[in-house]
Amino acid sequence: MLMKYLFAKNEDIPPGTATLFFSFSSIVWFIIGTGLGSFNAAKLAFPDWVTGMEYFAFGKMRQVHVMAVIFGWISMAFAAAMMYITPALGNTKLWSEKLALWSCMNWNIGLALALISLWMGMTSGREYSDFIYPFDLIILFGVILPVALNVWMTIAHRRTQGIYTTNWFFAGSIFMLMIVLLVGNLPEYFHLTGLTEAYLTWWNAHNILGLWITPVAAAIAYYTIPKITGNPLYSHRIGHLHFWSIVIFYSTPAAHHLMSAPLPEWLKSFASVEGVLILVPAIAFVSNILLTLQGKWNMFVENIEVRFTVTGVLLAIPLNMQGGFQQTRSINWYIHGTGWIVAHAHLALLGFSTFIEVAAVYYGLQMIMKRKLYSLALANFHFWMLLIGFSIYWISMTIAGLIQGAGKIYEVPYIDIVIAEHPYMIARWFGGTLVFLGNCVWLYNMYMTAREGTVVPQGRMVHELAYER
Amino acid sequence: MAFREYKIGAVMFGVALSLSMFITLVMPSFNIISVGSTAVALDKQLTYGYNSGFTFSDPFLTGGAAPHRVVLRKDPASGADMEPVTAYVFSAGMPFPSGILHPAVLGEGTDDLSVEQGRINEASVEQGAVFLVQHGSYNGAEYPYIENATATRGWLPDAVLTAAGDANTSYAGAGKVIFVREGCWWCHTLLPEQTQDFQYFGAPPYLGDFNGESPTAFGSDRKAPDLLRVGARNSSKEWMMMHFFNPRLVQPHSIMPRFDYLWGETDANGNKIDYTAWRKEYLEYRRGERITPPEVPVPAPGSEARYLIDFVLNLK
Ligand code: HEC
Ligand code: HEM
Repeated sequence: MLMKYLFAKNEDIPPGTATLFFSFSSIVWFIIGTGLGSFNAAKLAFPDWVTGMEYFAFGKMRQVHVMAVIFGWISMAFAAAMMYITPALGNTKLWSEKLALWSCMNWNIGLALALISLWMGMTSGREYSDFIYPFDLIILFGVILPVALNVWMTIAHRRTQGIYTTNWFFAGSIFMLMIVLLVGNLPEYFHLTGLTEAYLTWWNAHNILGLWITPVAAAIAYYTIPKITGNPLYSHRIGHLHFWSIVIFYSTPAAHHLMSAPLPEWLKSFASVEGVLILVPAIAFVSNILLTLQGKWNMFVENIEVRFTVTGVLLAIPLNMQGGFQQTRSINWYIHGTGWIVAHAHLALLGFSTFIEVAAVYYGLQMIMKRKLYSLALANFHFWMLLIGFSIYWISMTIAGLIQGAGKIYEVPYIDIVIAEHPYMIARWFGGTLVFLGNCVWLYNMYMTAREGTVVPQGRMVHELAYER
Repeated sequence: MAFREYKIGAVMFGVALSLSMFITLVMPSFNIISVGSTAVALDKQLTYGYNSGFTFSDPFLTGGAAPHRVVLRKDPASGADMEPVTAYVFSAGMPFPSGILHPAVLGEGTDDLSVEQGRINEASVEQGAVFLVQHGSYNGAEYPYIENATATRGWLPDAVLTAAGDANTSYAGAGKVIFVREGCWWCHTLLPEQTQDFQYFGAPPYLGDFNGESPTAFGSDRKAPDLLRVGARNSSKEWMMMHFFNPRLVQPHSIMPRFDYLWGETDANGNKIDYTAWRKEYLEYRRGERITPPEVPVPAPGSEARYLIDFVLNLK
């Protein structure tokens, strides 16, 4: 079916086809990515399991998990959401469905090749920009640029007067992502070395998270919550505050990832202060969404997309409390480099951001296919597997991190830390595996929705229909 | 852009982002550029070479484009005995590190000395070169600098490698490539923290210890001891060998993966390594059916295991 549309005339492609392909691709990458995560966790818990094999060594697989979930699942789910939300908010069609389909295909192929090369050990050795730079360039110009063009041109051709909050975030974030990928990989393009390389590595990592993943996830919630509950957004002004404070405060604290490295002290102090200021966009976002829900909290229980989105938004509260304070010097020295950070990373990506995107993919797929979700029971199962699995992961790694921090400052022999952490490593593996299993059920549910979901009648919205199973 | 506000907004967006990038990129770069190399930084970049991650000269990260570090006891040009000297050998075609390509990276003083006295700008990749780390004074201050011994003393790469012999050659440069490829840095950091760690992992590095190194591979997430100075804690080749082959041989509770596959096909004596038999005997040992674990084969000179051991022991 993809082949048919890739070479069709743009007008002949049904609107939403790109979302369809992006959504299913993202679910598949989600399964692959979490499967790899679970495999890695098993290797840390049981080091002699699948051992002594070059391609199944932990050091070769870990970055493949991270890149698969960030660029396969999260970013592709973003693209899926952008491809249906941007036109819907502009009361128009996507600028070029065909370009979007091509970018989807390039994305899948490019990412698969990039991940395989990474798995083979071809790496730049720089965290979060592990891909070798030819692939960075392919992803930037073959994938991100076409998606960005589509978003920008759709907004330019909108048939509404104003631009809704979600669309500023989409247009702004994808622009910032391109700048970040260009600048963050300068050390690879131009062979910059030493502290410049170290600092730019974390400038890149921080800004991919801060200027792409966090704001786009928030932008999606700005769409799904008002749309599904029927309540207008509580405050557009708070939305403005959120947007501008992201641009100003979230783009500056990159150095907080290197608090104990020999970087200029002023830079670390500056990053520390700016990092606390991230609480401004965070509080603006969370309060805006929760206040939008006034009078509709019943949907938190009854509607699966609202439940996922609001859970994600609620998880943003502990996330930002951690984020705001863990990079102050007084806390960072204790938790830096421990499992606490791994827990925090999963709270951000597997908690906050993933839950919001899952909702966007659920909702988008039903809208595009004009079919009601096949089974609420399976979706509930998916929700609880994700939430319970994530919670086990987060709690166990947070405890492991605190143990490690204590071990670090009291300078106990390292092996004692390894022994003390072991039960938590097993718990993390167990929790993560629940997430992986839940996702397999999700794919089945969406597949069945495509085949057997009740067709939504003309002029009705999917969330107006009752669930059947 | 129907509203004037959107035009203003777009401009504001550009201004805000540029300001943020000015503060976080341009301003720190002034500080970082002004950092002069320490002798450690010169040693590191000459040991590790151009890059330890992906480059087109070594796309599969085999370590083939990395220089060798040797200890010389005889002058390779004249054959006369001399005090032991550490030399960094770049055979023909091996790419030079940043500091040789762009001496400005070395920082004031070191840069001038390396060019004027060390004649590093005469080194050519086609012919290869041999470098030394020296100390000298410039404008009244002491600086370390790089000497191009091929230009100043007529030492040729091949002659130096032959004069030193395999026993005096360290493959630490290739070892760092393996370190990056095998993802050791997902568990180990190369950065003792400034706030604690002193007693166990050694002093944190200095500002000028990194000029020219790429990638720095600090590591962010520590599940294992910091390695920046591991060679100072434990300098036993034997221990490293056993530990890489199977960490559980020396540390039963370790979660470090086995890196036995880095040994390749044959050991140092040219005998084929029988991994299946080794693992079977090891399992018997674990079950208590054997009193001693099976012998760990000695890695062959050109094996990746040898590179890695040289790298780890060079971390002091
Ligand atoms: C899964 C995580 C993991 C990976 C990957 C890993 N290690 Fe380790 N390593 C450990 C742990 C845990 C210890 C401490 C227990 C021990 O001695 O085995 C350790 C110990 C060491 C030590 C001894 C440190 C000391 O203080 O005595 C060295 C040297 C070492 N590793 C080198 C490496 C190298 C080189 C690589 C890559 C080829 C590597 N490690 C990959 C977890 C890891
Ligand atoms: C959407 C889902 C997920 C996302 C976005 C995600 C993202 C990440 C990121 C960013 C890291 C790097 C953390 C750091 O450097 O601090 C990471 C590491 C890791 N993740 Fe995930 N992850 C997800 C799901 C999972 C699942 C389901 C598991 C299964 C157990 C898992 C297991 C791991 C493991 C074992 C590591 C390595 C941690 C370490 O090195 O200590 N992840 N993941």
